[in-house]
Amino acid sequence: MSATDLHRTIDAVWKMEAGKLIAGLTRIVRDVGLAEDLAQDALVVALEKWPESGVPENPGAWLMATAKHRSIDLFRRNQLLARKHEEVGREIEAKQMAMPNFDAAVEDNIGDDLLSLMFISCHPVLSTEARAALTLRLLGGLTTDEIARAFLASEPAIAQRIVRAKRTLSDAHVPFEVPRGGELVARLSSVLEVIYLIFNEGYSATAGEDWIRPGLCEEALRLGRTLAELSPSEPEVHGIVALMEIQASRMKARVGPSGEPILLFDQDRSRWDQLLIRRGLAALDRAETLSATRGSYTLQAAIAACHARARAPEETDWGHIVALYDALAELAPSPVVQLNRAVAVAMASGPAAGFELTEKLTSESSLRNYHLLPSVRGDLLTKLGRLAEARAEFERAASLTRNARERELLLSRAERLRESH
Amino acid sequence: MRFLSIYKTAERATPPTAEEMATMGKLVEEGMKAGWLLATEGCLPTELGARVRRSSGKLTVTDGPFTEAKEVVGGFAILKANSKEEAIELARQFLRVAGDGECELRQIYDPGEASCYEPKTVAVAS
Repeated sequence: MSATDLHRTIDAVWKMEAGKLIAGLTRIVRDVGLAEDLAQDALVVALEKWPESGVPENPGAWLMATAKHRSIDLFRRNQLLARKHEEVGREIEAKQMAMPNFDAAVEDNIGDDLLSLMFISCHPVLSTEARAALTLRLLGGLTTDEIARAFLASEPAIAQRIVRAKRTLSDAHVPFEVPRGGELVARLSSVLEVIYLIFNEGYSATAGEDWIRPGLCEEALRLGRTLAELSPSEPEVHGIVALMEIQASRMKARVGPSGEPILLFDQDRSRWDQLLIRRGLAALDRAETLSATRGSYTLQAAIAACHARARAPEETDWGHIVALYDALAELAPSPVVQLNRAVAVAMASGPAAGFELTEKLTSESSLRNYHLLPSVRGDLLTKLGRLAEARAEFERAASLTRNARERELLLSRAERLRESH
Repeated sequence: MRFLSIYKTAERATPPTAEEMATMGKLVEEGMKAGWLLATEGCLPTELGARVRRSSGKLTVTDGPFTEAKEVVGGFAILKANSKEEAIELARQFLRVAGDGECELRQIYDPGEASCYEPKTVAVAS
């Protein structure tokens, strides 16, 4: 095996094993930052040893054993140091130096450990961005450089964010455990928020960009599926997995050959990934079986499922979609939900009814710079034959979007309207 | 990217034990739930199979068992992986459970998908 091949193998092993490794180590040493350092140390040893010894039979177990040895060395050294300090009469915190239980079986607890690690890295004491970066680092095994490229941020900024997050967690003495009872619901929503942020960050990327950005969708799906396996009785966990699977099923159909976005109704539905749709519908089914009332992710998944089930755009059950948006607007009122509802109403009851709903939204301050509002209005005005007004809306939308491809699309629609009247 | 993994192994006279079935079942369930295993099937003895070959336009059919073969196809899996290296790791995991034999990994053609990613740097503390 060449050096490059070996490094790629170690990279693949690391991405598959990092989460389990850091989770198991955190349970032993009770500090997520220290656990990550130990895991990284084991990785460095692997990089030194594997070129000669070859990749071990069970690389995950090898890394775990190596990290455990390192931590035993570390704690022995600390204890020795503590004793010396004692001798010279300095105060020490005996508790801090206590030898952790290294013999505790790791394999038996791996599920709970991974779940506890997710809850720690998505702890509400951290900002959403910090949670996302830390989660990708600890559970996804991504390097700082990869995370920076994924979020279009600089490497030092991400490194800072991760260091600060670990310090905050340590200062707050966040326990390494799966929260129970009422706390579980609040903490779970914090985890779901992070997973969906990671997914959307990847979903908004376009073709030709760094592969790591679309790769975020895969990473979010992996985290969501793991979470669903570890806490199978939580309906919203299955709801978010359903939503992501169905959205991901359109990945290949939503971008044209030169990277331009293709809208839902113009997509070639034969390119939708039926396997992902089946997985999504099954997850939605589980969410709906677990609870009679649907949470916001489950409702969004149900809407996505309406599109997924329609073989052609005209087969879409718009009446049902409007009803689902009604429920969503009641559960999580937001102008963006209202805008989407207006689109569904326009499809179900005609463009005039939909356009009227958008009129109320133009005074919403949160939508003032949201390019999709004028974009939707332009579309509905075109259908109503009010072409001059439609053109002005498309031009406004083009001036607001930050996506170059989308701007081109909007300007070309405005241009076509100029020619036709 | 997706990979076809063809498992080849020496044909044995006995069916897998209940314990072997259970360990394999666990791995398959894990893979399906995690999403890295898209499909997998195991084969019955070659006695029940046949080889159909076309050579210089002439077709021949040879019924099983394939006694002359050292290793025969025992099953297949379709894997979803982010790289060839990841697919190799998944095959290693499978062989740890399946026992001696070989997995031939072949990347599946997906229109519009690059055949490989740009070389990645190794994940060291940074």
